[in-house]
Amino acid sequence: MSDLLLARSLFGTTMAFHIIFATIGVGLPLMILTAELLYQKTKDQEYAVMAKRWTKVFAVQLGVGIPTGTIAGMQLSLLWPGFMAVIGKVMALPFQIEIYAFFIEALFMSIYVYAAERIRPWMRIVSLISVAIGALASAVLITNVHAFQGTPDGFRIVNGRIVDVHPWKAFFNPSFLVTSGHVALSAYIVGAFIIASVSAFKMLKNDFGSRVYKFHQKALMVSLVIGGVFSLLTALNGHESAQYLHRYQPEKLAAAEGLFETQTHAPLTIGGLTDKETQSVKWGLEVPWALSFLAGNSFDTKVKGLNDFPESDWPPLFAHTLFNAMVGVGSLLIVIAFGGLLWRKVLKKDRFPKWLIWVYVASGPLAVMGIEFGWIFACTGRQPWTIYHMLTTAQSVTTSTNIGTLFVLFVLVYAILAFSVIFVLFHYFKKNTVADDLNRAEQKGVPLFGSNS
Amino acid sequence: MSDVYLAVTILWGFVFIYAVMATMDFGAGFWSMIYINHAKTKATTVANRYLSPTWEVTNTFIVALVVAVYSMFPKGAYTLGTVLLIPGSLILILLAIRSAFLVFSHFVEEYEKILVYISGITGILIPGLLISVLPITHGNYVYVIGGKETLDLAGLFSSPNEYAFFGFAISSTLFLSSLLLADYSKASEELDAYKVYRRDAIILGPISLLMAVFIMLTLRTESSWLYNKMMDNFPFLLLSLLFFLIGGLGLFLPSGKVKGKPRLAVIAVTLQYLAASYVYGRAHLPYIVYPYVTVHSAFTDPSSFHAVFIMYIAGFVILFPGFIYFWSLFMNDKRYLRRKRADQSPE
Repeated sequence: MSDLLLARSLFGTTMAFHIIFATIGVGLPLMILTAELLYQKTKDQEYAVMAKRWTKVFAVQLGVGIPTGTIAGMQLSLLWPGFMAVIGKVMALPFQIEIYAFFIEALFMSIYVYAAERIRPWMRIVSLISVAIGALASAVLITNVHAFQGTPDGFRIVNGRIVDVHPWKAFFNPSFLVTSGHVALSAYIVGAFIIASVSAFKMLKNDFGSRVYKFHQKALMVSLVIGGVFSLLTALNGHESAQYLHRYQPEKLAAAEGLFETQTHAPLTIGGLTDKETQSVKWGLEVPWALSFLAGNSFDTKVKGLNDFPESDWPPLFAHTLFNAMVGVGSLLIVIAFGGLLWRKVLKKDRFPKWLIWVYVASGPLAVMGIEFGWIFACTGRQPWTIYHMLTTAQSVTTSTNIGTLFVLFVLVYAILAFSVIFVLFHYFKKNTVADDLNRAEQKGVPLFGSNS
Repeated sequence: MSDVYLAVTILWGFVFIYAVMATMDFGAGFWSMIYINHAKTKATTVANRYLSPTWEVTNTFIVALVVAVYSMFPKGAYTLGTVLLIPGSLILILLAIRSAFLVFSHFVEEYEKILVYISGITGILIPGLLISVLPITHGNYVYVIGGKETLDLAGLFSSPNEYAFFGFAISSTLFLSSLLLADYSKASEELDAYKVYRRDAIILGPISLLMAVFIMLTLRTESSWLYNKMMDNFPFLLLSLLFFLIGGLGLFLPSGKVKGKPRLAVIAVTLQYLAASYVYGRAHLPYIVYPYVTVHSAFTDPSSFHAVFIMYIAGFVILFPGFIYFWSLFMNDKRYLRRKRADQSPE
């Protein structure tokens, strides 16, 4: 493998691993906050127990999310010095503001966890809101750098020199809001369906109608509402994201849709594999005219095909599969979230069929796979560029060698972290069961939120 | 002050703040490991009481530091990023294991000891590797061949100066953290723990001072340009020594039930390091990596710097009350400091 490919593999692995925890780290605080607010509103202790247990999960997963985030931030400089030399000059603001978001999250997380019994309830809510805002802001800001990579703005490169730098113009680059919004909204989906998965699994393990079963069913309903709302919002925003691709990165859209010939009334191909030889998508389901309509709200919209671009600038053709997988997961989550709500709230059925509960068990891993597909699509679909039409990936990579050894080392470390975080979560919750927490909650005067809980 | 010097002052400020916080952080982790079998003194309890709420905040400072380098000196980040690939990756790997296992150790009591050992040992190595960035920037082991910058790792690790820095980092980590924990124990009224940490500080103070002298001796032969420029500010080095002596005095002054005013010692020793790092930093100018990269050649676009600088001020104004609140809850609240062992959290 070339050093470039090794550097991409190493950084890709870091990101693929980090985003699991980063996404949960953004999504979970909203779930905890929802449970806290529900508790304040209904005074139902079960919601307080949920908030407490989810906070534990959050604290454990931060143990991986924070160090892997630190790794990601520094590997940018270590592996892509050419890229960071440009970013440092033009797009330093989001990184810098992100630091403040980290600080807010770190300060108030410690306050929420370690000072809970010494602060007033409203201060607890304020701390939690600060944690949620800090987590959300850091996701939005780092995604802004990604948005800038696709729609760079606020500088020019003349004879290899960076001139006319307008940092705030770069910050508010065209796709900032739509791209950051997509990542933020989808993080809330993941947070919700991770909870749905665990709750559904526990429902299978406990007798129907038991206290623990009801507790988990309640948690499942909360997560279906949050998950449903945010998967719908993500889909609406995703549609806008695709229209941005049409306007700003047409070859990425062409690769995503497997479109070779520029045309109006372009068809939308769902599924299948893009084949370079025949310039078509094999075994896909073709919806006539749909792509033109989706790209520009009219069938007359001319959608550019890959043949309009030199082949050296084509993104990899598997982008089509990744794009479809992402959209497929998102759509499926909308259906199962609203399906469940319909079943319980409209049809007033008191129990879910067993197969549906198994679908909910799968929903968390599915949501995580959805964001993985989305990120891999977004980053490989931008190739061969790190900054679209400005800087290539080959120009960005380090001139150092030996990346292969580092790759092996980091994979090993990620494996250790993955294994231990799962082990710790299982171990902790096996010892501290829902029943224990529910009993504690019923005893008056025992602080549920104390760091001594 | 010109933009460039303003920028490098901010960067130096971040380096100093992180250095002090990191020594306390990694040191506290190490002490909590050392005294894990001495439950009676509560030395481990005190170390964890400090460490649990602060490690995440400390970790944010290292990210802030790296971001400050690439947002203010992108060309410097380019060269440092290139030559630090191997040592930087090692630091990251150790940091990941250390942070994760530190968190995990609070959740699985059965495996607490082994996790504390792993995080304590990986943690104490990190300052040694982090400080190695300094001798690397002295440029003796950085080569430019055909426009490609490379680091001669074998050369670096055969240099006595590198080991002087390494030893200085580890002894300073233990010295500063034992001082801080002595102060923290006293505020918590854990007098047994206080005695333990006071003793450690008394042993480690002279060792870290010797290490500093060792750095100067090796620097004289290996990077005489830096040595000579540091000696131009000899009075500041003497001032640093004076603060060291005041710090030492702080540990022996009579005060109530037990000997010593550790708060005075912590402040004096922090000033000692501040004075010394000022001398070092000033002598290092204008080079970021000698002799290839200077603060002038590495400086970012001026309009970018202005935007960044304004955000630094805005960020400081927004965050300052948060830090004060945090400090009042965890460093200055008697309810937190003096709670009984029974309330100790498995967080």
